Amino acid sequence: MTYIPHTDKDRRDMLKVLGVDRIDDLMSDIPEEVKLKGDLPLPPALSQEEVERKIGRIARDCLGGALADAFLGGGIYDHYIPPLVAGTLSRPEFYSAYTPYQAEVSQGSLQATFEFQSLLCRLTDMPLANASMYDGATAFAEGIWMAAAEAKGKSRVLVSETLHPRYRKVLETHIGSGPLTIVTVPMDKSGRTDQVALEAMIDSNTAVVAVQNPNYFGHIEELTSIGEMAHQGGAFFLEVFEPLSLAVLQTPGEAGVDIAVGEGQTLGCTMSYGGPLLGLFTCTERFLRKMPGRLAGLTEDSEGTRAFTLALQTREQHIRRGKATSNICTNQALLSVAALVHLASLGPQGLRQAALLTQERALLLRHELEKGGASFPFDTPFFREFAVRLPDGAYRDLREGGIIPGIPLAPDYPEYQDAYLVAVTERKTRPEIMRYADRVRDYLRTRSRETHAESGTV
Amino acid sequence: MQNPVLFELAREGRGSRHLPDLVTSEEKILASIPPSSLRKSPLRLPEIAELDLARHLERLTDRNHYIEKDLYPLGSCTMKYNPKLHEKLASHPLISGLHPGLPDEEVQGAIQLLVELEECLQAITGMDDVTLQPAAGAHGEFTSMRMIEAYYRDRGESRTKVITPDSAHGTNPASIMRVGWTPVEAPHNERGEVDLEALGKLVDGSTAALMLTLPNTLGLFETQLPKIVEIVHSAGAQMYLDGANLNALLGFVRPGDVGFDVMHINVHKTFSTPHGGGGPGAGPVGVKKHLTPYLPSPRPVKSGDVYHWDRDLPDSIGPVHSHFGNFGILLRAFAYIRHHGSDGLREVQRHAILNANYLMKRIADSFPPAFDRTPMHEFVSSAARYRDRGIRAGDIGKRLLDFGFYAPTIAFPLIVKEALMIEPTETESPETLDRFADAMNQIAAEIESDPEMVKTAPHNTPVKRVNDSLASRKPILRWPDDAPTD
Amino acid sequence: MRIPEDLKYTREHEWLLMEEGTVTYGITDFAQSELGDIVFVELPEVGDAVTVNDTSGTIEAVKTVADIFSPVSGHVIEVNERLVDDPDLVNRDPYGEGWMIKVEVEDPPELVDLLSADEYNGLIEQEQANS
Repeated sequence: MTYIPHTDKDRRDMLKVLGVDRIDDLMSDIPEEVKLKGDLPLPPALSQEEVERKIGRIARDCLGGALADAFLGGGIYDHYIPPLVAGTLSRPEFYSAYTPYQAEVSQGSLQATFEFQSLLCRLTDMPLANASMYDGATAFAEGIWMAAAEAKGKSRVLVSETLHPRYRKVLETHIGSGPLTIVTVPMDKSGRTDQVALEAMIDSNTAVVAVQNPNYFGHIEELTSIGEMAHQGGAFFLEVFEPLSLAVLQTPGEAGVDIAVGEGQTLGCTMSYGGPLLGLFTCTERFLRKMPGRLAGLTEDSEGTRAFTLALQTREQHIRRGKATSNICTNQALLSVAALVHLASLGPQGLRQAALLTQERALLLRHELEKGGASFPFDTPFFREFAVRLPDGAYRDLREGGIIPGIPLAPDYPEYQDAYLVAVTERKTRPEIMRYADRVRDYLRTRSRETHAESGTV
Repeated sequence: MQNPVLFELAREGRGSRHLPDLVTSEEKILASIPPSSLRKSPLRLPEIAELDLARHLERLTDRNHYIEKDLYPLGSCTMKYNPKLHEKLASHPLISGLHPGLPDEEVQGAIQLLVELEECLQAITGMDDVTLQPAAGAHGEFTSMRMIEAYYRDRGESRTKVITPDSAHGTNPASIMRVGWTPVEAPHNERGEVDLEALGKLVDGSTAALMLTLPNTLGLFETQLPKIVEIVHSAGAQMYLDGANLNALLGFVRPGDVGFDVMHINVHKTFSTPHGGGGPGAGPVGVKKHLTPYLPSPRPVKSGDVYHWDRDLPDSIGPVHSHFGNFGILLRAFAYIRHHGSDGLREVQRHAILNANYLMKRIADSFPPAFDRTPMHEFVSSAARYRDRGIRAGDIGKRLLDFGFYAPTIAFPLIVKEALMIEPTETESPETLDRFADAMNQIAAEIESDPEMVKTAPHNTPVKRVNDSLASRKPILRWPDDAPTD
Repeated sequence: MRIPEDLKYTREHEWLLMEEGTVTYGITDFAQSELGDIVFVELPEVGDAVTVNDTSGTIEAVKTVADIFSPVSGHVIEVNERLVDDPDLVNRDPYGEGWMIKVEVEDPPELVDLLSADEYNGLIEQEQANS
């Protein structure tokens, strides 16, 4: 076997030390009735070369997806990643290391995590960040969980309808039939949280108000006034944020957010068919001992030299067991290294440039589509992403042209049957954007001519 | 010497140009956003030259232990070699660039891989169906608890108690609490196994499940397993397998064949996907037929020659992940399983057991096993005999760092005093095991001759013994804002 | 291992100072040395009711958490606020500056079984022999 080093002689020598004849003798006290008779019904083993070929075939069967001009977002975005990120992630010193419980030989991982936390705090203007969570959806669920635990006795969780539908579903799975009740705050005609409805919904039993910014439709929410409403009602204010957008958008800290969580994929992580991702978790000081997940802290060694270690471990499951703040054990350490390298490579100017280019190109597509006669369900300030109406024929025509026009809204918002969520990043070139817009324009023109022609014959 | 922090390397005005210029202007672009929604605070990220950043990262890599450097004897963590092939495959540009929102017909290969991986995991575990969504073992535990809850709700039963052995991983009770249930501890007997009599008294009509680790965290097989299953099933409760130790069962015992109803798999242990310094992992869950309807949505399926995502699952507990799970990690597990096949996995299991037994024997005179039995893939030794010299298990772990090894799992399971839990895995050669055993035996001798050497260890590491108390008494969890960025 | 003669002890390794109508308690020297460096102590608020054998707070060491069991029923009249900033007082002076909670007891007092210094010493020796 490729990864088992033992020779026949090794096995003989080791068995001799153990005083048994065969390896199976070491398992003799296990009842025969539970042992598997025969082989595992697996396909035949492949050599390394054949495994590579097999995965190569699988990759080719994704060629359509990989080569398409996809204008897809919905929480996962195709942004530029500096080359130093991949170079760093390919280092076994990072990827084959274990959780840094032995701090003295894990300073690399620990310092990287500390620096990641520090960068995230600066990006969000929040005072505390943990070492990361599984993904945006579970970070959201953990944030709600923590808010509800801190708002002792309150059981209402208000979640905006404009918050990512998948995140809301994951929250439902997490909360289950427990003591908390999730209530959806409707959206208004502009595709933002309906603040009039929200104000009426906040009551003394409301633990937390949760919104996303930019929201699922890409729209920019009025965070400050929503936050004030939540706080006036005695509730915590939770924001689901997207880190790249914070290069230009109001930060959670500025908006008075208590708990800010989000998906960090846009910080140097490949899309990788939706995983692994990088859950971001930040909060204010009052939650210090209530936070889920790992935390790296600054300390010193026995000679007074600066060192890093895991701090406040007593919150965690391996110590507090049933009384832990969360059952979370794993974080996404390697991807937090990606985020660290991404942010440090781009620096403040680079990150801002990525955000501005993204917005410039998103505005360009919106503008060109409008010029070409497309219609839109909303006319609301957005970042990177907006909804457009595409008749079935236009959608098919774009697909035939190798363009994936966007994510359909209808499965989650049935009232928007022909609308698609379109995301544009700095990775979309002007010609790619124009091709999209031109095809829609041509389709709409042709159709309108046909409609005219048809009505002419009546 | 003090290693610089990122922020100390920054100088205002440094940095590299990665992206093209704007065509329009910043003002014009920002005019699309209401002024009140713009960022006001300065973006105080460090500005660092690429070479200086690369050197910074290089210094960090110098300060880490990792598998290629030397043995990780961590019990319950299965720190086996992570094949280079997997890293190459996972970074395949046609795969790493796939957006999860792509229409099914454009990503047939990706869905096919997930369907085939599910089939492989079914074959290995004897379970009827599998979900790949959970992102980690504890996430799989939680997902399973929700499914069990849904199953009983459909049957009109309210069960609120889950039993775990006193040797269980901390995630077990934490996951049970997450669904609002009560964890109840079952004691162990003198053989280190679940005490059947005590278990019989604990299991009743309010019991939802028994969460069992097999082999248990002492590395011992529960030889009374058939009776345990009978006790649990006769009360109508579910048998849950914490699959952390699945490495010891590969091709030898299939959990689905011997009475388990649901289990999670830590692919970052058994199937050699990298730990990444603490993640990402993946924690697929396998279930028997009666729990299938409750699996998280959506599920990958093959109809005829076409692969697609089935979202029409009315009894599902709902999704547990933003998308389909940790695809990039699952791909590595798939490559591992396809490379090994049935015979290969059986050899993995056999050699994991050979290595653990060999190592236990080599250090038994210095560190006697907590239970005098033949272990499976890992074993727990005790350092309690050195306690009167002022040496704790943790000190021995620290001293091992000086020999270039990582430390064993310390002070777990909780039922063994001064526990050293050791799992060498099958990918270590006997020479490596001998070197490790020599180090352990030398440390035992040092405790007699020079206990201070052990008590104050480590001495040869990038930093000396780290003050954990300070970090928790006065937590500093980010670089101070007022520290200069340049 | 210090075990002052003038205090009473419990099987949970706590000490009690019994005065007129009040009981002050903390953890023993043995308990603090078993826990190691104490990094955080969570105490009840003045005015809280405590019930015998219930938890009245928690003690966090770096890698352990222990409950503070209430050896008595009553009302909290004082807590050691200094432990908030200096939890290591419990390590340095468990019977003095590391005291934790002062309770006004009910009449008649409801108490756990108490041990004398001698009996407590015996308990520790027994526990160490078992390890």
